[in-house]
Amino acid sequence: MLGIEDKSVILAYLLCIVSALLCIIYGVINWNKGDDSIESEDLHWVEEEKKVEESL
Amino acid sequence: MLLAQTVGLPEIIVVLAYLLITFYLGWLGYKQTKTSTDYLIAGRGVHPFIMALSYGATFISTSAIVGFGGVAGMFGMSLLWLTFLNIFVGIFISFVFLGSPTRKMGHHLDAHTFPELIARRFNSSFIQVFSGIVIFLFIPLYAAAVLIGGCEFIATRFGIDYQVALLVFSVLIAAYVIMGGLKGVMYSDALQGSIMFLGMIALLIWTYKMLGGVTASHEALTELGKAPSLFGKIGFKGWTSMPESGWGDTKYNLWWIIVSTITLGVGIGVLAQPQLAVRFMTVKSKRELNRAVPIGGAFILVMTGVAFVVGSLSNLYFAKHEVIKGKLVGETKLAWVIAKNERDLVKKVPCKLLHIDTTNDGIADVNIVANGYDLKVGDGKPQVLEPGHGKGNGKGKIIPFSVLMPKAEIVDLDTDKNIVVKPKATAFTRALVKKGDSWAFNTGSIIPIYITSALPRWFGLVFLLTLLSAAMSTLSSQFHAVGTSIGRDVWEKVAGKHDATIGITKIGIIVGIFIAVLIGFYARGGFIIARATAIFFGLCAATFLPTYVGGLFWKRMTKPAAIASMLSGFVATAFWLLFIKDKEARALGLCNALFHKHSLLLEHPNWSVVDPIMIALPISILVAIIVTLITKAPSKDEIERCYGKK
Repeated sequence: MLGIEDKSVILAYLLCIVSALLCIIYGVINWNKGDDSIESEDLHWVEEEKKVEESL
Repeated sequence: MLLAQTVGLPEIIVVLAYLLITFYLGWLGYKQTKTSTDYLIAGRGVHPFIMALSYGATFISTSAIVGFGGVAGMFGMSLLWLTFLNIFVGIFISFVFLGSPTRKMGHHLDAHTFPELIARRFNSSFIQVFSGIVIFLFIPLYAAAVLIGGCEFIATRFGIDYQVALLVFSVLIAAYVIMGGLKGVMYSDALQGSIMFLGMIALLIWTYKMLGGVTASHEALTELGKAPSLFGKIGFKGWTSMPESGWGDTKYNLWWIIVSTITLGVGIGVLAQPQLAVRFMTVKSKRELNRAVPIGGAFILVMTGVAFVVGSLSNLYFAKHEVIKGKLVGETKLAWVIAKNERDLVKKVPCKLLHIDTTNDGIADVNIVANGYDLKVGDGKPQVLEPGHGKGNGKGKIIPFSVLMPKAEIVDLDTDKNIVVKPKATAFTRALVKKGDSWAFNTGSIIPIYITSALPRWFGLVFLLTLLSAAMSTLSSQFHAVGTSIGRDVWEKVAGKHDATIGITKIGIIVGIFIAVLIGFYARGGFIIARATAIFFGLCAATFLPTYVGGLFWKRMTKPAAIASMLSGFVATAFWLLFIKDKEARALGLCNALFHKHSLLLEHPNWSVVDPIMIALPISILVAIIVTLITKAPSKDEIERCYGKK
């Protein structure tokens, strides 16, 4: 298959493509799911993160 | 004009234009404060495409493309198992299962670095300081791998000394870092990710088209792999086959290198990469992570998948398709080419070399092996035998390098020494470089030589930008981690004050860059890029993974368990690298100094090539579980402090 004789290499070749497809399908199905609201602790975190970035 | 003559004016103009755009985007983003954190405040402003490309560009570097691509040139498509883990573990598992909990806990505990996250989860300053020191000390090793990868290409593409390339590249990176490249400006990362994506797609299409299509090129590569190989004794069976598998014989060594070091060491290690885990905290919600999964998956497939397939197929190009035209400016009748170079172990191959000038400047820019000589060993001084000239004098064993090495075919050679030659080499034997006064086969040169020889000049330029992008995006995140680990995690915790943090952070970054450049200067050769990357990934997995994952999901896990797990994972990795794993133990020298041998298990086949992750990660997981179960469970208040009220 695909000019490769060793089955475990064919499997790796195909699994690379299949796992990328899995990522695509997962993303499409869950495109609009998981929208968390911004809490006060998120905003506090952002303020502190800006200070960390300034130190760089 | 000297630089322009060596490098070429179009290259200089395009590279400068690229750098200007990168710096401009960085400045624009910074001025408008469009950093990752602003996106988070702005809520819906961030595009998942940007987040995914930014993560991908950080994840994939010149180490993956040039370093691991070169290893694929040596050992073949068995490396695709690593691509599979890169996508399935590095993107899918990581984004779907670790991303959101990391973000939530990071925000809840107000953690801004990876050490701070696990330290606050377990309420332990020791964890923060210890993790900070580990990251500060070992990230430069990984950064060196990225630097070497970039410099190998620059050196080959422009025919300049590797050391000069390293100097130029380091100055470029230092300028990028100093001018604000660390501030997480996502536009720059996204630009770099986009260039990488397009560059690698073009590389794949060109390679398959040139070699006759997908199936035809794989078939031809399979046939080619049936010829005797330098790596036959360690289990190599061709570039489209897995190496010979089993235990208890050196002929299984390659299988263990591919599976334990290359595939598991890097494939699993990605889960506990400090510079990647912190990226999850900068997204607004799980939705952004969900949307980043498909882009990330496709990105990694195109990055490492293409690098490993093209690296393997380069063997077919060098053996069957490459034709070099130029002027023969020199021959070395007998050169001892270094094929393996470790402390107290230098394996050299006797070869005849041809030095060819293809750019008409009188300087040899292409060096190839004309043929190998048979070597008779085991009966006094080794004898070098001309191919087909009998068995030499006395007893002893003949190593048939005349068969194992390429036999270049000179198609035409006129009286002016204009030459047309087919190297008929493998990727490894074609990657001939000058190191000081010696010649050596250098895995890191495989992809650069392939790009320079097989693809048109304009593509070399595209690929140069691809690699600059890959290096800059990864290095900026590495030095970000170096700076924050020494400034915020170590200095602030040890000194207990904040006033000198900025200075310490900057000094830490400069020291980190310096160490990385120093390693890059001395450690070139073999497959150092892949090894250095694997050491860092494996070390992170064994030291941090059980604590990180346990901290996110296992409320019962205790502070003593986290500390014990981290220390046992770190010590087990260090022990294995210092005393068992032959190559690393040999380079570090402590085992030899104490026990007068390079590995404590050298007489037991395969043990000395097994990666530390195979031993250290199970130990640190077991320690985390056992110590948790025998120590007092955290109080309800403590659990609420970490996970919030339900």
